[in-house]
Amino acid sequence: MRYVIIGNGVAAAGCIEGIRSVDRETPITVISEENYPVYARPLISYYLEGKTDLPRMLYRKPDFYEKNGCEVLYGAKAARLDVESKKVVLTTGEEIPYKAVCVATGSSPFVPPFKGLETVKNRFSFMTLDDTLALERAIDENSRVFIVGAGLIGLKCAEGLLHRVKSVTVCDLAPRVLSSVLDEESAAIMQKHLEDHGMQFYLGDTVTEFAENKAILQSGTEVEFDVLVVCVGVRANTSLVKDAGGSVNRGILVNERMETSLPFVYAAGDCTEGFDLSLGANRVLAILPNAYMQGKCAGINMAGGEKVFQKAIPMNSIGFFGLYAMTAGTYTGPEQGGEVYVEPIEGGIKKFFVKDGVLKGYILIGYTEQTGVLTALIRDQTPLDAVNFPLLRKSVTFAAFSPEDRRKKFGGVV
Amino acid sequence: MKRVYVNEKWCLGCRLCEYNCAFANSGKSNMVNALQGKTIRPRIRVENDKDTFFALSCRHCEEPLCAQSCISGALTVEDGVVRVDKSKCVTCKTCILVCPYGALSLDETGVVQKCELCLNNTVGAPACVQGCPNRAIVYEER
Repeated sequence: MRYVIIGNGVAAAGCIEGIRSVDRETPITVISEENYPVYARPLISYYLEGKTDLPRMLYRKPDFYEKNGCEVLYGAKAARLDVESKKVVLTTGEEIPYKAVCVATGSSPFVPPFKGLETVKNRFSFMTLDDTLALERAIDENSRVFIVGAGLIGLKCAEGLLHRVKSVTVCDLAPRVLSSVLDEESAAIMQKHLEDHGMQFYLGDTVTEFAENKAILQSGTEVEFDVLVVCVGVRANTSLVKDAGGSVNRGILVNERMETSLPFVYAAGDCTEGFDLSLGANRVLAILPNAYMQGKCAGINMAGGEKVFQKAIPMNSIGFFGLYAMTAGTYTGPEQGGEVYVEPIEGGIKKFFVKDGVLKGYILIGYTEQTGVLTALIRDQTPLDAVNFPLLRKSVTFAAFSPEDRRKKFGGVV
Repeated sequence: MKRVYVNEKWCLGCRLCEYNCAFANSGKSNMVNALQGKTIRPRIRVENDKDTFFALSCRHCEEPLCAQSCISGALTVEDGVVRVDKSKCVTCKTCILVCPYGALSLDETGVVQKCELCLNNTVGAPACVQGCPNRAIVYEER
């Protein structure tokens, strides 16, 4: 019998490492739709920008699968899970029996049914390495690129392309950039920075119709382009579990051990929905750190170990042309009974969201020093009266902690 | 596994650990050539709470959030030591966003650096510890 992992992204890599921390023997089969060894997905924009290349994008060393006793089925796709007889059935009809299976199928770009979209010849998503290589082939220095979606993916794509093409125009239905992680005030700072570097925005506006190389926006504005990239959002790939009768909401539902509602079926990464501690509710937390940690947790439990994955919160660090936005947690404003502390800084802003005596979230633009100390306050729900919070809002220092806390943090094994 | 531990009661705040760290990682054989007139970027840093000084560096956590969160695979764990492959780093700063100990920073070329227990340089064991005049930082099993 063997372990089967459906997917070959970072969650799968975590799962492999988790299994092997417990069980060095039982073979592992990895079902990989993409024809590449696990690579660092979020680096595709850095690839366009020329900050990395394909060999360096490999997430693990070339002997990773061999060393970990994994067989990888490249170009293979799982069609369904047969939970009763514990088999994964591939689209080819091939059946792979499993001892335990981890569904790490990630997410897929969501493309709204825009009118006339099929008339656009050069249209792309921006999710995979193949998307990126195809997009790269379609652009040159005269290209006018139009990106629908000013979220993390759309703007990273815009940054990666900007110096390689003639122009980049971005539109989004939301009235601000990076609307999933920034509030109005902080988004305005980032938008100005991006505009100063040459990006053009149509916000609070969306496409009503495409006609070959032209987009007609709701506002009536017409945007002419040579290359279109649609980065509106992603959807968790949940169908394998759903079709097998497992519990699914917006993502596959998992418990702290990464077990789905189906026996011997685990799930990890962007395809799942988990508990956000800062929100106190479930949500899809499609960020790379969670993918790895969930994958590893699933792997350990699949192999008979004991592991729980807790303390998940949304968090992001993202830089554009040298200006970074670091965000974490949930933004509990006065309307949710919270308090907001704002510290203006040169070229940026720091905002802290406090509720019930603990830090719930923060937005930092232009400040990136030792910010993990702040993230830990959210994750650990540290009572703020136990630290010198006014000092931490100015700058991160361990002088804000008690000598006893410092002794625990720096004097023992953690 | 041996790690670097600090005892703030013994720290004089002399910052020799910072200088020894910067020198050990400079690739130069002469401390004056390596550090004179430069802003040093040590992987260990001394902070103070009024008159109490303490040195902070990577804890080489058993479950390092930095390595688990690294989006490029530049940070990995080798034999318990959290190592960085600088050629893979794209300076997304996710590691800085997650490290509860504030132990990662940028080197002079703008990519992430961290304490690798001097296994990445010719010293071979933590230079900060070797040069500490008061045993306020030690390298030992706990």
